[in-house]
Amino acid sequence: MTDVVLSCTKISKAFGALQASKDVSLDLQAGEIHALIGPNGAGKSTLIRQISGAMKPDRGTVHFLGHDVTRLSAIERARLGLGRSFQISSVIPDFTVLQNVALAVLGDEGNSFHFFRDLLKGRPTVERAETCIARVGLEDRRAVRAADLAHGERRRLEIATALALEPRAFLLDEPMAGMGAEGASEMTRLLDTLRHEAPILLIEHDMDAVFALANRISVLVYGEIIATGTSDEIRSNAEVRRAYLGEEETA
Amino acid sequence: MMRREQILNGAVLLGLIAVPLWAWSSGEPFIITLATKVAVLGLAGVGLNIALGTGGLVSLGHAAFFGIGGYAMGILASHAQQYVPLFEWPLLVEGTKSMPVIWLVAIVFSGLAALLIGALSLRTSGVYFIMITLAFAQMLYYFAISWPAYGGEDGMAIYVRNSFPGLNTLDPIQFFAITFVILCMTLWFNARLVRSPFGTALAAARQNAERVEAVGIDPYKLRLAAFVISGMITGLAGALFADLNRFVSPTMFGWHLSGELIVFVILGGTGRLLGPVVGAAIFITLEHVLGGISEYWQIFLGVLLLGVVLVARGGVIAVIAGKGVAHD
Ligand SMILES: Nc1ncnc2c1ncn2[C@@H]1O[C@H](COP(=O)(O)OP(=O)(O)OP(=O)(O)O)[C@@H](O)[C@H]1O
Ligand SMILES: [Mg+2]
Repeated sequence: MTDVVLSCTKISKAFGALQASKDVSLDLQAGEIHALIGPNGAGKSTLIRQISGAMKPDRGTVHFLGHDVTRLSAIERARLGLGRSFQISSVIPDFTVLQNVALAVLGDEGNSFHFFRDLLKGRPTVERAETCIARVGLEDRRAVRAADLAHGERRRLEIATALALEPRAFLLDEPMAGMGAEGASEMTRLLDTLRHEAPILLIEHDMDAVFALANRISVLVYGEIIATGTSDEIRSNAEVRRAYLGEEETA
Repeated sequence: MMRREQILNGAVLLGLIAVPLWAWSSGEPFIITLATKVAVLGLAGVGLNIALGTGGLVSLGHAAFFGIGGYAMGILASHAQQYVPLFEWPLLVEGTKSMPVIWLVAIVFSGLAALLIGALSLRTSGVYFIMITLAFAQMLYYFAISWPAYGGEDGMAIYVRNSFPGLNTLDPIQFFAITFVILCMTLWFNARLVRSPFGTALAAARQNAERVEAVGIDPYKLRLAAFVISGMITGLAGALFADLNRFVSPTMFGWHLSGELIVFVILGGTGRLLGPVVGAAIFITLEHVLGGISEYWQIFLGVLLLGVVLVARGGVIAVIAGKGVAHD
């Protein structure tokens, strides 16, 4: 009936005595934004790492586009079309914005073993990179080193990098963190259009953005998903209010 | 910034031609030999720089490739000078005094060795990588020492320099010209490589491997290819070095040599195109000038190196041409 693009089933991961993922099952359907929320240290980033392949789960499986990818590396999963952004911006600091995105285009083309051609004189590659840069609104900053970008710009650069992969699913770990109100609302608009290209698993602490964007929300607490539902269902869920949203009232 | 470095690079290469030409016209063959040594050791450093500077792979074992290149020359030439074939079975393989053939053999074998050593050592990183590359080079060193057929500890002397079609290689200035042209061709290749898709991805993997993996590129494969290219260039330099001295010995495999190559790269400027050549030039000039004054000349080198590491991270090139961004 629905079109499941990405799913994980009964994922468990322990760091010593700390259970960071406890039988986590969740899926991502075509065209949706599925938000994953939960308090600090709940295990959200750890879950993303296991889905992206950067970390192996102790138990459980990950399926992507109908394939069991549990045993595939992060590199192979990226090549299948998993585009991710990191909680702490992960860019090539000495590269310009254009070079950073061109690198991603290169990855998508599977074309990095050319030894003579000048990368930045390759028309199709550069044009694709520039399209992605324009979509996140960084076209005026294309020649700036990533290390010299403002924090919010670096977050957008990461989105452009993920876009350049033309992914079949996005994994975005707090793309709006530290962005400021204006940046966050721009990012909200961008993600809203993005979901039609590929569904987004979105980790985000900004509740306005989450409630505005998410088709579904899952709440992770102490490594366990305690509820999944629409914005309204999650807002009115008593357990969620107690475990998570309630924290804000008492704070 | 970029332009200043290009002007400096041009000046360095011009200087490297001017000095031996001057020495030639004023009858100083020893100076020509020194300049040839700069070109050849600079070339070896250019090879290392691809792994170390662009790829961030601190190899303390590049003497392995330098030595393989040297022994490729020594073995082929010694068989040729004794008129004894290398193999008679399954097919007849004779020695040779032809430089192009020797270079090809040196490049192929040092490339194969780099593939093997790289495939194993690149599974580690940091200090383990340094130690494993060192260990491989030391293994080859002891192997060369204990191989009496090819001179063992004493090495091998080749009585007449190998030949190159149309040139008299015994004439120092002509042999210098050969090494200089090879150096320039390699630098041209290196400059292209750095701007290519491969070079870009390799430099990216040095700075942030996680990011490179996230776009579906395997840093291990990039590094292995870089290590092989690097080893082939250093191997070619080894063959030329052996021809310069008409002598091969196990010291070509020694960790001293690996260390010196790293010194060239750091002194001149890590990841800078002409860095290793500038480093080799400074090293050999100091050795020549100060070596005559005191046998402890390396103390001065040590002070200079400390200065570079503490004050001028980008090496001599950065001091003169500014830090700049290596890419656009
Ligand atoms: N590699 C690791 N080794 C040991 N413990 C880890 C490791 N990675 C994460 N943890 C721990 O696992 C727990 C979950 O961490 P995680 O980063 O997934 O939380 P999070 O939900 O993303 O939190 P935040 O909202 O602060 O980003 C934390 O207690 C963290 O300290
Ligand atoms: Mg996190």
